[in-house]
Amino acid sequence: MSGGDKQPLLQVKNLRKLFPIRKGLLRRKIGLVRAVDDVSFHVEEGEALSLVGESGCGKTTTARCVLRAIKPTSGEILFRTEEDTVIDVSGLSRRELRPLRSQMQMIFQDPVSSLNPRMTLFDIIGEPLQVNGMRDRQQRIDRVEELLRLVGLPPEYLQRFPHAFSGGQRQRIGIARALALNPRLVVADEPVSALDVSVQAQILNLMLELQQQFGLTYLFVAHDLSVVKHFSDRVAVMYVGQIVEMAPSETLFNAPGHPYTEALLSAVPQPDPRLRSRRAALQGDVADPANPPSGCYFHPRCRYAVDICRVEPPKLEELDKDHFVSCHRAHELTLEGVMVGTRAERQPIAGAVSQVSSKA
Amino acid sequence: MTERILPVEAAIAPEQGERIFVASQWQLMWWRFRKHRLAMIGAVAIIIFYLAVIGADFISYSDPEVTEANFSQMPPQPVRLFDGGAFRPHVLGVKGARDPNTFKRVFQTDPNVKIPLRFFARGYKYEFLGIIPTDRHLIGVDEGRAEETIFLLGTDTLGRDLWSRLMAGTRVSLTIGLVSVALSLFLGVLFGGLSGLYGGAVDTVIQRLIEILRSIPTIPLWMGLAAGLPRNWTVLQVYFAITIIISLVGWTELARVVRGRFLALREEDFVMAAELSGCSQWRIIFRHLVPSFMSHIIAATTLALPVMIISETSLSFLGLGIRPPAISWGVLLQDAQSLQSVALSPWLLIPAIPVIAVILAFNFVGDGLRDAADPYGV
Amino acid sequence: MENEEQPILSVRNLKTFFFMDEGTVRAVEDASFDVEPGKTLGIVGESGCGKSVTVRSILRIVERPGRIVGGQILLYRNAAGDRPGHVDLTQLEANGPEMLAIRGDEIALVFQEPMTSLSPVHTIGNQLIEAILLHRQVSRREAREIAAELLHQVGIPRPAGRLEEYSFQLSGGLRQRAMIAIALSCDPRLLIADEPTTALDVTTQGQILDLLRSLQEERGMAIILITHDLGVIAEMADDVVVMYLGQTVEKGPVDDIFHAPKHPYTQSLLQSIPSIHSRPRVNLPTISGSVPHPYNRPSGCPFHPRCPEYIVGTCETRAPSLAPVGERQEASCFLYEDA
Ligand SMILES: Nc1ncnc2c1ncn2[C@@H]1O[C@H](COP(=O)(O)OP(=O)(O)OP(=O)(O)O)[C@@H](O)[C@H]1O
Ligand SMILES: Nc1ncnc2c1ncn2[C@@H]1O[C@H](COP(=O)(O)OP(=O)(O)O)[C@@H](O)[C@H]1O
Ligand code: SF4
Ligand code: SF4
Ligand SMILES: [Mg+2]
Ligand SMILES: [Mg+2]
Repeated sequence: MSGGDKQPLLQVKNLRKLFPIRKGLLRRKIGLVRAVDDVSFHVEEGEALSLVGESGCGKTTTARCVLRAIKPTSGEILFRTEEDTVIDVSGLSRRELRPLRSQMQMIFQDPVSSLNPRMTLFDIIGEPLQVNGMRDRQQRIDRVEELLRLVGLPPEYLQRFPHAFSGGQRQRIGIARALALNPRLVVADEPVSALDVSVQAQILNLMLELQQQFGLTYLFVAHDLSVVKHFSDRVAVMYVGQIVEMAPSETLFNAPGHPYTEALLSAVPQPDPRLRSRRAALQGDVADPANPPSGCYFHPRCRYAVDICRVEPPKLEELDKDHFVSCHRAHELTLEGVMVGTRAERQPIAGAVSQVSSKA
Repeated sequence: MTERILPVEAAIAPEQGERIFVASQWQLMWWRFRKHRLAMIGAVAIIIFYLAVIGADFISYSDPEVTEANFSQMPPQPVRLFDGGAFRPHVLGVKGARDPNTFKRVFQTDPNVKIPLRFFARGYKYEFLGIIPTDRHLIGVDEGRAEETIFLLGTDTLGRDLWSRLMAGTRVSLTIGLVSVALSLFLGVLFGGLSGLYGGAVDTVIQRLIEILRSIPTIPLWMGLAAGLPRNWTVLQVYFAITIIISLVGWTELARVVRGRFLALREEDFVMAAELSGCSQWRIIFRHLVPSFMSHIIAATTLALPVMIISETSLSFLGLGIRPPAISWGVLLQDAQSLQSVALSPWLLIPAIPVIAVILAFNFVGDGLRDAADPYGV
Repeated sequence: MENEEQPILSVRNLKTFFFMDEGTVRAVEDASFDVEPGKTLGIVGESGCGKSVTVRSILRIVERPGRIVGGQILLYRNAAGDRPGHVDLTQLEANGPEMLAIRGDEIALVFQEPMTSLSPVHTIGNQLIEAILLHRQVSRREAREIAAELLHQVGIPRPAGRLEEYSFQLSGGLRQRAMIAIALSCDPRLLIADEPTTALDVTTQGQILDLLRSLQEERGMAIILITHDLGVIAEMADDVVVMYLGQTVEKGPVDDIFHAPKHPYTQSLLQSIPSIHSRPRVNLPTISGSVPHPYNRPSGCPFHPRCPEYIVGTCETRAPSLAPVGERQEASCFLYEDA
């Protein structure tokens, strides 16, 4: 699966995470939520892989398993360390994980809950430094100031508390903390969904710039397809705990191979009234991960479903080079992407762009 | 960065300035608490009460234990502040006698005998703060004994001065509340912490234990336990036994708060962030979790204190708690138990006033603290 | 507005403030717009810009310490109807009989958060039937049939069975449909939907938007659709109002707003959102800074600390007001004031 001769930075094989459903006084187990159900993917060094899908499809759970914030039920999570050794982190204990922590970091969705309101910026951003051996206070101050400058915050803010900052600024602080230890893999769980629309672009730009500057590798979780398209090299679409399609971003958006991806793409409202789609929206609700349907999990909502779909679960197979699809009919279907016509013709918000740039 | 960095001051209230940006949790809490008028009044009242606890002997003028058969059931005596236009606080001399027909005790004031009150006068001997021996009191008289001349709140059936007994009782009742709450706090934080930290079976066992303890009606439980205390125990032994009995139930509420906060905080992203940056379990607990629920614990403790005080008072009132000759609010109110004594000397009910006042004060402060406890949750 | 067609609702210079201990929050500072019959008006703006307070003001359900302190909200009625002319909602008593009748029969609201606006202790059916009985002279039995029919109309499968269920048993999309059914029970002339899809996934959002569209076609009602998602606005609205810090900064037909935006805020906002069609992985143009704290409204033009076209000496001292910038387009900006 890996592109080059080198092992990918992160390779996840057959990852599974089941949550017990408990009930009653004795907390008896009465069922299982198959939050992540046999997921495999890899992330090359320096690229951005996005996980997309509807709420509850297992994106966050996958991301947290990768970082070992939670323990997966089964599967392998192979991480290539700085010394070029490959370690399976899926079964490591807390103590064994600690030396690896500095190499993978997380950016959180909620800019409020992700910063301890009782600590100053210096304490928040300096904490990873301190627990990883930077004992000298002055050294830490210098490094924190450098990080603040890097994420576009004035270094004088060192002694302020998070409540002094707006959502976008807090997200910058979270990014500074994630970068403190020079991680190689950054997992970003919906980093812009909680932000004001006018601030999202600032954070996306910052994350892209940092990627170029430090060669970061991103595992990016999002539900907003426009953001995903903008941000990622490759995209994996999840549905009820499984990856149903994985492809380079351009391919996935232009020529999706899975009916669910097609439905997702057509549901994205376009910020251009001239592109108003009157395509029928996807009917029905997401399947319950505690009690998924038989065969292909998507079949109750799929307009291409045939008999075999109801009994036989499809497997994730390579449709083209690097384009994986899990659908019985992947080879026969021609699905609609977002690029109807060339980009030059469309220029969706050309008016706005030309107007402002002429003035600037 | 390509984007223009704006002066952030422009984006957040500048007039409030740097002060708020660098304000720690406690400062923010104080600012918020300060706005709560009732809580501030309550806080002042509590401070006054505890000052009275510290200086109980100093504020008293009579030895609370001394009985004066000739001055029993004295009604409260007015203090005259002016004498012929000049500020000269004094009380009038009193003579006790029995009405020959009804055998009731009657007191006659003698307007010619003016006994001036003195500040920092000498009186009975005591140890200030338990260490400094002295006989100075806030008020007293120069000639004669205070026991026979001043009766600010009257006396009881044995002729003991109610004001001085009230001070002594305040000391016992309010410290017993503090000691019990400290004990509850210890148990609550210990068990709540274990429950929240380990979860699973530990949590289930502790939660069931708490539920069982809470489902037993408290008054019968206390009564049973207190009635079992050996009669021959010393005052001090009884005192500690009572604190333990009271906190036995009190800790469950605090444990519930601690566990709840623990569980909620463990879901916070910043705790996961700390974990992911390689912090040890201990660091997460003491650097992130404990400071985050400290304020909630303080608020919960403040709200638990009045319950403790009321518990002691009711136990003692029922004769199961602190026993005479020791003095507490409950013991004082015990004297007002019979309808007859209330009818004859209604001032024996006066000790109910500080009980009500302190309970209200603690509740106001507790409410204020609870509102201020999370200055970030807007 | 000198349109041939009379609007059904006209909001003029609305001001709604919250008087708090800490200071005054000017939630709505100067909102003006018209709603045309049978059309969809989209109100777009970032979180906290006063969209919800505006519609709460229209329905006169602003909570204390909030108060309408200025402006007019004119509800027009058909000259042929039984209550002709127009009425200024700001002059009515908030809980008086007239306002109650308007809330019941003429204007209905679908809230942002379906979970908190449906009662958890009553079945969907009960809530719907109560709403129907309140507005129509029918028996309980008939109301039940109408309720099932309404649920069917909003696309809830097995409507008869769903009547017996509680809101927490429904998924987010079904819950929002139930909310819409309740709002439709009085057959309103104007339906206000406050972020009806913000809590939903794109696919479910698509279903709800389709539903709103087809209901509008069937019933010819006007819709005020509030959202912060420019995509949803482009998809749904006929006319658009752009709000920033409680002010209408620009309004006009949807095509003009998206293809010839005049106000610098609208322009920057449109550029800063990534689109499926735009080029990936390039720097997006951004709006610098962030939305100011509501206690700290900038002086003059509220957008001036972030405005790329900021005219020094003018924009921070005087407040611009809405002025025509096109055939049916208006903007509140000094760049166009003298033109
Ligand atoms: N009950 C209230 N008390 C005080 N201030 C309020 C209240 N309700 C709203 N506000 C303030 O009024 C302003 C506008 O709020 P509103 O809810 O209308 O924003 P919105 O555009 O709907 O945002 P969102 O997308 O978050 O719902 C905000 O600054 C908000 O803090
Ligand atoms: N701690 C948990 N206990 C039980 N179920 C969980 C837990 N965390 C997640 N789940 C379930 O796992 C599924 C996937 O969740 P998640 O990964 O959070 O979704 P997403 O991030 O895509 O919104 C959901 O059905 C969710 O309810
Ligand atoms: S396998 Fe069948 S049901 Fe599943 S996506 Fe493909 S066509 Fe649809
Ligand atoms: S009035 Fe001035 S500051 Fe405001 S939008 Fe127009 S140019 Fe910008
Ligand atoms: Mg998630
Ligand atoms: Mg809102």
